[in-house]
Amino acid sequence: MGQTRREFIKSTTAALSVAGFAAHSTTGRSATDALVSPPQSPYSPLVAAEPNVKELAAVALEAAKSAGAGYADVRFVRNRNQNVSTREQRVTNVADNETYGFGVRALVDGAWGFAASRELTRDEVARTARQAVAQARANRSALVRPVVLAPAPVVANGTWKSPIETDPFDVAIEEKAALLLEANKAALAVKGARFVNSSMFFLREEKTFASSEGSMTFQVIYRTQPSMTVTAVGSGDFATRESNEVAPRGLGYEHVRDAKLLENAPKWADEAVQKLNARSVDVGRYDLVLHPSHLWLTIHESVAHPTELDRAMGYEANYAGTSFVSPPEKVLGTLKYGSELMNIRGDRTQPGSLSACGWDDEGVKPEDFDIIRKGTFVDYQTTREQALWLDWYYKKLGRPTRSHGCSYAQTWAAVQFQRMPNVSLLPGAKDLGWDDLIAATDRGIAIIGDGSFSIDQQRYNAQFGGQVFYEIKGGKIVGMLKDVAYQMRTPDFWASLDMVGGARSYFLGGAFGDAKGQPVQVNAISHGAPVTRFRNINVINTGRSA
Amino acid sequence: MTTRSLLAPARHLSREECEAITKRALSFAAADETRVVVNSTNVSNTRFAVNQISTGGDAFDSVVTVISRFGKRSGSSSTNQLDDDGLRAVVQTSERVAKLSPEDPEAMPELGPQTYRSGVNWSDATASLDPDARARAVKQIAEPAKTAGMVSTGFMEAITGAQAIANSNGLFAYNRSTASVLTTTVRTNDGTGSGWAGATHHDWSRIDPASLGARATRKARSSVNPVAIEPGRYTVVFEPTAAGNLVQFIARALNARSADEGRSFFSLPGGKNKIGQKVVDERVTIVSDPYDPDVAASPFSGEGMPTQRVAWIENGVVKNLDYDRYWAQRQNRAPTAAGSSIRMSGGSASLDDLIAGTRRGLLVTRFWYLRPVDQRTILYTGLTRDGTYLIENGKVTKPVKNLRFNDSPIFMLNALEELGVPERVSASEGGEPGQAIMVPPIKVRDFNFTSLSDAV
Repeated sequence: MGQTRREFIKSTTAALSVAGFAAHSTTGRSATDALVSPPQSPYSPLVAAEPNVKELAAVALEAAKSAGAGYADVRFVRNRNQNVSTREQRVTNVADNETYGFGVRALVDGAWGFAASRELTRDEVARTARQAVAQARANRSALVRPVVLAPAPVVANGTWKSPIETDPFDVAIEEKAALLLEANKAALAVKGARFVNSSMFFLREEKTFASSEGSMTFQVIYRTQPSMTVTAVGSGDFATRESNEVAPRGLGYEHVRDAKLLENAPKWADEAVQKLNARSVDVGRYDLVLHPSHLWLTIHESVAHPTELDRAMGYEANYAGTSFVSPPEKVLGTLKYGSELMNIRGDRTQPGSLSACGWDDEGVKPEDFDIIRKGTFVDYQTTREQALWLDWYYKKLGRPTRSHGCSYAQTWAAVQFQRMPNVSLLPGAKDLGWDDLIAATDRGIAIIGDGSFSIDQQRYNAQFGGQVFYEIKGGKIVGMLKDVAYQMRTPDFWASLDMVGGARSYFLGGAFGDAKGQPVQVNAISHGAPVTRFRNINVINTGRSA
Repeated sequence: MTTRSLLAPARHLSREECEAITKRALSFAAADETRVVVNSTNVSNTRFAVNQISTGGDAFDSVVTVISRFGKRSGSSSTNQLDDDGLRAVVQTSERVAKLSPEDPEAMPELGPQTYRSGVNWSDATASLDPDARARAVKQIAEPAKTAGMVSTGFMEAITGAQAIANSNGLFAYNRSTASVLTTTVRTNDGTGSGWAGATHHDWSRIDPASLGARATRKARSSVNPVAIEPGRYTVVFEPTAAGNLVQFIARALNARSADEGRSFFSLPGGKNKIGQKVVDERVTIVSDPYDPDVAASPFSGEGMPTQRVAWIENGVVKNLDYDRYWAQRQNRAPTAAGSSIRMSGGSASLDDLIAGTRRGLLVTRFWYLRPVDQRTILYTGLTRDGTYLIENGKVTKPVKNLRFNDSPIFMLNALEELGVPERVSASEGGEPGQAIMVPPIKVRDFNFTSLSDAV
């Protein structure tokens, strides 16, 4: 493969634009139309009652301005989700939920205020906007450094929709339950597999954003997650295998079909049984060959979180923590994060990724940006408020000071703040795959899937488990291991990266549960990676009898 | 200028409003059985960072969840649109989902009418907090911190809510509750020292912001320039928060069905469980009591069962596991309905007494990023944070670098040296009120630390 890393990302970005565009043109309807008057889904009779969002947005912004806000924005969000859960031959839960409301954010003399409500009437919208301004005034009393927003282009009428093929809410519940029960049956047909849980989760979010600067965007975002866990029970012991090579995606029901739960279930069940009898690992140092279904979580914890700018500046000290990538003036462009093979990029454009969107929650079109280039730290994740904190750096580089588009709120009821976009490790130039890395390894452990994970509040010391572990000897897999976890110090770990796979080994992992902020908000993100090898990593044994 | 006139008081739905909503929803229902649950909450918060308020918010929401059952087929749906159109639609969606679902062999009938005690988890002091009052509380921490040349960050949240459950058999339950929490992390200006303090209670008047700020500041100052020690097994004095961080995982592992199915710490071979077996030191008793005023919880469960006091572990012996209605019937036991709070037994010693009685050991303020490693032993990993110290000859002598552990609260409560006086703690990592938990400071032997961290 002659494709460079930059071209790889570019080509995937182009694919998204085409898909998004085609989706609109074939229906002959813009996403705006779809939002205001969506097709009647058999399970969503509520959508007919859609009030005039544009008009209510104007009421909110006007009320905030007359109450004294220098800047205000409002988000109207209708969030529909559906969950189908099973165990063995039982459907344990079928739920179809919807929540609809709005949140107003107001800036008064450099202090933020926020208020939200579920009542979509003109009076309540105006009251809530005034409440946000009143909050801002109360907050102003303890102000040290006023908030200033970096400039952002006005988007007058933006529309965006996830590149889905099949709307999951148009697929019958019977079909979903039948698929899960059939997959469960296939898992339980494996001798030793005793229990199986499987589920599907779907989300559709219709989001309207409007700001006092004149921006207005309409977006429809989908997310889909199929999953399965098989438990094997042996003599006084048990082991589980989670299907976490099947990642959640920003796609429709086609992602469930592509996950091939039925075809994969016997393999996961078989591996759960094998884990019961696997050899318990000898502690020591090993070379680790890591599958992207595992590494995405290590990237999430040890790269994506520490490069959040609010964290580096101390704003998250009371919960998520601070960062070893700090202070900005001492690390930007200079901190050696890892080996020359380490190229990390932030984006909200990879097709089907969880973070993909047209505009972030303050109306900024996200850009792809390098975070680590050839092992050196070069940029943080930012919002409009934060971009100005790095004005000196962008001026030095001769670049405009603008937000990278990392503002996000989990619901209408929560205030938006800086959240990570997709943060991914770029593939290498050579077309290396899983087998190539194993063949090149003399004494090592190969890890598939993510498991237990924990990292300190500055993101130095971490410990990761996995789903399946294989012992590598003389370039070959010689058997399964259990009770494996590796402990690491972030810069040392990434310095030991000595092999990265090519674009064909690239895979997008991810999760819905990225937690940050107080009150805690969850964010959905994907992390892509090729296959990788890390040298001489400390492995502990986590097994102990009760 | 006063802002008060613009601020609506914290809102929640009254008993009468909940009765009207649930009656209305039930009147639209055509299923064999229907349950309607109303959750109404006003969540208000103030965040501060680098000695100033960074965000503050207020969100009011009311969600109606409908559970419908036709024979053994059930489904559920929720909405926050509470007018007739919204309620009719959510009932119809729930019934459509139920009809499409396969039969559930474990389906249980709805309960009939029940008698409930009044909940004791409401406080007017919490319900009446407004943004100005929250800002004043924050200033009691941020201003002294700033004067002392320190950097304070933190979070305060007040929740006012009401929950109601009604069903087609005539059951009706209503409870209103409050919760409040304030936590702060104070760091030295150069980031070489960090200290934490926090408190939670349904009654805001039980929380003293100034003393929390002072405690976090003291810990920040005293944790500067920590020394590295060898990872390994140490005698440890856990402050109540650190003890609560770990003990709560025992409460989360009490599911009877998992135990009977052979996939829990509480499993015994042959489909049996550990009820009646001694699993920890005999000084340990862990109970849930929803009417304990220190750790109050809801007077009813999600299905509308009256909650009651349950002893999980008594004098080290497993007394009860958590049985849902189906599993209880199958195993010929009573369903548990315990409520969500826990209280652990203690002794008469103060934290200082535990330290004074320690020749060499570590003092831990709290833990962070706790994640399960092995469910077979309730083994967790995580790290110390915001105040970790060496104890030598009965005195705290110096700060030590943070440490990662791999250990289980079960092993820990088997290696018990001494228990102190229980306290209500804020044991959730995210700083939300979390599970109501009373736990003592605890001294144990041989706690397993596996590596050092450079994080401050």
